[in-house]
Amino acid sequence: MSTKSKSQPAKRLLEHYGAGAFFDEMVNARGEVRPHYQQFRELFQTLTKKEFENKRQSVDLAFLRQGVTFNVYGDSAGAEKIFPFDLLPRIIPASEWETLERGLVQRITALNLFLHDIYHEQKILKDGIIPPFYVLSGKHFRREFVNFNVPKNIYIHICGTDLIRDDTGNYMVLEDNGRCPSGVSYVLENRRSMKRTFPVMFERAGVRPVEHYPQELLKMLQHIAPSGVAAPTVVLLTPGCYNSAYFEHTYLARQMGIEIVEGRDLLVRDARVFMRTTKGLQPVHVIYRRIDDDFLDPTVFRRDSMLGVPGIVQAYRAGNVCLANSIGTGIADDKVMYYFVPRMIKYYLDQDPIIPNVPTYLASEEADKKYILENLGKLVVKAANESGGYGMLMGPKATKPQIQDFRKKIESDPRNFIAQPMISLSRHPTRVDGESYFEGRHVDLRPYIIYGEKIVVAPGGLTRVALRRDSLVVNSSQGGGSKDTWVLYGDR
Amino acid sequence: MLSRVANSLYWMWRYIERAENIARIVDVNLQLLLDFRNLNEERLALYWLPIVQATGDEQQFFQLHKKATGNAVTEFLVFQTENPNSIVSSICQARENARMVRDQITIEFWEELNRAYWFVRTPQARKVWNESPSEFFQQIKNSSLLLNGLNNATLIHNEGWWFSKVGEFLERADKTSRILDVGYQPAPEGSPARNGGNTGEIDALEWSAILRSCSAWDAYKSICGAEVNPKFVAEFLLFNVDFPRSVRFCVAELNYALRRISGVAEGRFCNSAEKLAGRLVAELQFSTVEETFETGLHSYLDQLQTKLNNIGNAMFDAYIFQKFNNLEDEIMVQQEEQQQQYRTETSY
Repeated sequence: MSTKSKSQPAKRLLEHYGAGAFFDEMVNARGEVRPHYQQFRELFQTLTKKEFENKRQSVDLAFLRQGVTFNVYGDSAGAEKIFPFDLLPRIIPASEWETLERGLVQRITALNLFLHDIYHEQKILKDGIIPPFYVLSGKHFRREFVNFNVPKNIYIHICGTDLIRDDTGNYMVLEDNGRCPSGVSYVLENRRSMKRTFPVMFERAGVRPVEHYPQELLKMLQHIAPSGVAAPTVVLLTPGCYNSAYFEHTYLARQMGIEIVEGRDLLVRDARVFMRTTKGLQPVHVIYRRIDDDFLDPTVFRRDSMLGVPGIVQAYRAGNVCLANSIGTGIADDKVMYYFVPRMIKYYLDQDPIIPNVPTYLASEEADKKYILENLGKLVVKAANESGGYGMLMGPKATKPQIQDFRKKIESDPRNFIAQPMISLSRHPTRVDGESYFEGRHVDLRPYIIYGEKIVVAPGGLTRVALRRDSLVVNSSQGGGSKDTWVLYGDR
Repeated sequence: MLSRVANSLYWMWRYIERAENIARIVDVNLQLLLDFRNLNEERLALYWLPIVQATGDEQQFFQLHKKATGNAVTEFLVFQTENPNSIVSSICQARENARMVRDQITIEFWEELNRAYWFVRTPQARKVWNESPSEFFQQIKNSSLLLNGLNNATLIHNEGWWFSKVGEFLERADKTSRILDVGYQPAPEGSPARNGGNTGEIDALEWSAILRSCSAWDAYKSICGAEVNPKFVAEFLLFNVDFPRSVRFCVAELNYALRRISGVAEGRFCNSAEKLAGRLVAELQFSTVEETFETGLHSYLDQLQTKLNNIGNAMFDAYIFQKFNNLEDEIMVQQEEQQQQYRTETSY
């Protein structure tokens, strides 16, 4: 396929890449390329380092020009950064994906049944499967919504479940993001630039498309509209252009052809939501909200919220407007609830989890707490309701004072901490500065699941990569980057 | 369309147009000074201060600088972000507004505006500036003109687009009037320029500079001939019917855009923005430069700028943030409504 002269002395890209002491996505422990990467690697090897470098720079420049950026909190000067994009795609063979897809559908189904249950009969609590204390003390449990019927009984409309692989390549769920998971715009933009950069490679590899995500999202939003509305008006509610995911909000709104609104654009009268337009007030029926429950309505939740819409909860209760995701899903994001998801799957579906959890210890169980406090140096401790890599202790990499600090926190508030063993995440070849040029870096995977008339999982998702050597933290706010994720039509 | 979006499109264009016009003003003044020899610092200040005055930011300027030297003024008008109307600030503001309405503009438009933003935000801008200010201004003007072309050629001409046109022409009319004011101001009391008579060499140079800063040099020559006469220049920049940067042209376009938004025919009005714009068009159509000089050009321009401001404010009242309560009041309204509903529910 390539006519490049073989006399070139230049070292082939990826030639000396090896797995090291980790599970590597591309090569096995003996250094052989896994079948589903073979075709990609063959095509990729025909590139010279210079060609690759040119492609890389032009992609970076394009991202900056197009404003594919995220905002960094607490950084006023260079408030905008591009989310670093690594050109080597992460590849998942069809059969592996099929299992993941089933696992994700199973999980979101169980979570949804769980949410419906705890906001209604609370059978799972009464049957003693989950100690009631954990649910009722949850920071994001909204007792105001007990016995409230959400439209079509769907709570989590959009879910971004984080998956990781351990040192033997087993997939595990790291956390469920059932509130407003972000990052899907990078999936779409990454794909777009990969197609432009490697058109031939792309065609030959046989990659499942992701471009229909916005349509699926819109279809779901229209599905949950209040009954009796022939042509529902759907809007996306953003906290505004200083939010870290603002690019994504405008991107999705544009792709769906809906208005992107801020709280101040909306107004509630007679328990109906309207938007202020140049031609007066116009009714709104469905809101894809990208702000948390707490900020949604100053008359119900945080009174100091400037982002929300006074009265919107009243309109929601009256059934005149629908929200995605529903109010109260945050309890499913609680890391203590995560511990119970396998039990939920068993209880509601009578199945075993297809994708297991990471082993987890609850600090409020005496035995677990003892174990946690004795092994702080080995464990990863997480606060139950933080995200984005904040509120976390990486035991093996922490300093003494940090460990002491967490010891105190755990002892004073055990309900809000869990601990997990340090998982050695799988690695993926990634372009780095320096001699070797490609080195293994740790990755995770966030697939996006839409729960509407049926459950749709976008093929692949966002592969995040920790660009710092040996780092296990993939969050964009902490030096992470992303990769395109290819789900193949076949297994090679 | 959302009121906030209309507002952002309007301001985005005001800021783009503002950046371009400030580039024009400063560029021309720099070039003009090349023609003069033996200027001492005081004489120089005479040429730079009016520029600051024309932009209406004199107070802000003297908070940041002691004297109106060339360096201070150019720094203030080009780079200083403490000045909300400097070129860099304007481009940042334009982009900030564009970000808020990213879904309303095309990718080409956004990329160009973003490119201009990264140009002025990186050291590259200083480098170009140090090598050749003229080249720097050229880049700013080119960006603005390219954006203008993209706006016309790639965006759908819907309601939002007409809001952007209102912003563009309102700002341009305002800036043309201010550029004209610059040329008028330094002329000392009793000089020929003040009486609208013929001018000496220096004045001629100055007035040519004014024309060039509006890209009006060639157009003026073809209509008024080679003689650069302040009266003709003022007439041309205020009242010419066909020149796209004259005040009359801009106000007529602005009036047209307002009517495209509401659908109300010319000669009628449905809100006070249309009323004021229509009135100003008529006034500009039926005025002569002689009358203008009788009142005094400066005070005429002053009034003109006030009228333009009033149109902007009236438009805001008509279309943007209808009945926008503050948060506390709104919370109160909601609580009252909920009380009433509670009462009806419990009365069963």
